[in-house]
Amino acid sequence: MRETAAERWARRVVLTLLAIFVLVPLYVMVSSALKPLKDVQNAFTWWPRRPTLQAFVDMWSTVPLGRYLVNSLVVSSVAAVFSVTVAIFAAFAVSRYRFRGRGLFSVTVLSTQMFPGILFLLPLFLIYVNLGNATGIQLYASRTGLIITYLTFSLPFSIWMLVGYFDSIPRGLDEAAQVDGAGPLRTLFQVVLPAAVPGVIAVTVYAFMTAWGEVLFASVMTNESSRTLAVGLQGYSTQFNVYWNQVMAASLVVSLPVVAGFLALQRYFVAGLTAGAVK
Amino acid sequence: MATSTTPRDVAAPDRPPGAGASTKAPSRRPRRTLLPYLLLAPAIVLELAIHVVPMLVGAWMSLLELTQFHIRDWSTAPFVGLDNYRMVLDFDSAAGAELLQSFWVTVVYTVASVGISWVLGTAAAVLLQRPFRGRGILRALFLTPYALPVYTAVITWSFLFQRDTGLVNHVLVDQLHLFGDRPFWLIGENSFAALLIVSVWRSWPFAFLCVMAGLQNIPGDLYEAAAMDGAGFWRRLRSVTLPMLRPVNLVLLLVLFLWTFNDFNTPYVLFGGSAPDQADLISIHIYRSSFKTWDFGSGSAMSVALLLFLLVVTAGYLLITNRRRNDA
Repeated sequence: MRETAAERWARRVVLTLLAIFVLVPLYVMVSSALKPLKDVQNAFTWWPRRPTLQAFVDMWSTVPLGRYLVNSLVVSSVAAVFSVTVAIFAAFAVSRYRFRGRGLFSVTVLSTQMFPGILFLLPLFLIYVNLGNATGIQLYASRTGLIITYLTFSLPFSIWMLVGYFDSIPRGLDEAAQVDGAGPLRTLFQVVLPAAVPGVIAVTVYAFMTAWGEVLFASVMTNESSRTLAVGLQGYSTQFNVYWNQVMAASLVVSLPVVAGFLALQRYFVAGLTAGAVK
Repeated sequence: MATSTTPRDVAAPDRPPGAGASTKAPSRRPRRTLLPYLLLAPAIVLELAIHVVPMLVGAWMSLLELTQFHIRDWSTAPFVGLDNYRMVLDFDSAAGAELLQSFWVTVVYTVASVGISWVLGTAAAVLLQRPFRGRGILRALFLTPYALPVYTAVITWSFLFQRDTGLVNHVLVDQLHLFGDRPFWLIGENSFAALLIVSVWRSWPFAFLCVMAGLQNIPGDLYEAAAMDGAGFWRRLRSVTLPMLRPVNLVLLLVLFLWTFNDFNTPYVLFGGSAPDQADLISIHIYRSSFKTWDFGSGSAMSVALLLFLLVVTAGYLLITNRRRNDA
């Protein structure tokens, strides 16, 4: 099947336009991070005339970026690990057992994802505050509260994608293990999980990204000491000044690890989506 | 999405009733029937605690006069039945008219953003089907906006849209001389266009990702057969690609719709916490009117009304698409 000349040119034009659309903001992020403050406060220039790394130094002291970074790292990693662990057990149950309420579970879990976040933001906020007053368990304005909240955000998609992965692992392997006397949990850990490692990694990255990027709950559920990057980065715009070069530098630094991680693992995402969505 | 980044989960895949391990070994049946529930327990408890219970509490709050005077002790808040709903849905009042305005802004925003994102995502996925030099790089580049944390992407766009120091006005005014005056992008009439552009930039890669996954399930010989019959590019797209992508598209469009309709992050970060009227999406409208007036009762009533609307639309969508599938 040959491509005609017209098709080839159409393809080049469309893909080039899309690439420019995607690239422009990314380019501005990088190039503005390399400019001194004066240059980002004047008319825009495409090229940094006096390139400097000063913004990458200053950004740590303008706002307590280090603390925000640690908060985000702790919250996102712990939430990701717990979310994936919970999802693995749930997905194993859904994939390998027929039980009453199985369909209801899948539908309910997935449909929680369509709820407007604003609907349970206020109640959850009040529940956390009141729980703290009543029992002394501080969930409001603590990393723990944020971790518990975020791990449920990635849970439904994680379960759904892992079910797809587990389903693609032949049940013959399970049965062989059971003949050898393995119980269900040993089957999960020794047969199913090792065969689903790419899926587990992809889901972990997804859960981490979800927590790393969340804004709405972070803006209400944190205080100065538990603030995450999502809210903290807004600190670069003060009443008098916006440190655009430092914002861009900080954005670059907090984006690079997740973007790199995602791009490295993107084919597992595609495989997971193929397994889940296409049925 | 309830939450920023995860709207992509609505599809409940139907699984064929396969032979699970549960059907064997009758001697161990009692333990086995309990086991799946034990495995599910952590997920169920968490979903109940963070999603279901707060939502029920939210529904209860919408029936109370929960103003700032009662927020410390709910037991003092008078039960007012549907009064909050009557108040916020009274479109003749100022508050009701604002909510209606915000609703229509959100509808137009959602339809435009989902439509454009889907077209761009499908175009990119189809055009990247055939191997060529640089394909891997383009694919990675196109996925980058999706991987970028929302706030860094949107903050960068807000820099681009700055009136005096941004790239957009530099190109439009200084280089192309399209406007005499430097237009404002983040306040006034242009704010809707700015919001839409940022939204499309962030969501089309997700459409691209899903369509790309769907295309991998289309056997190559279908195209060979179509080409042998003399089908050109558009004919192959219409008769092979799009029909084969239908299951993916059904889920994708619903997910994008819910995600975009509930979008809070984009306007919140782009406009710095307060959206101009032209770009006052419903989530941010509810958020701001709740915290501005400290009237959480009416805020909850608006949230519940929004949820009911989304439920009706989703149910209608699933009914219509299912009926068509059965007809076919």
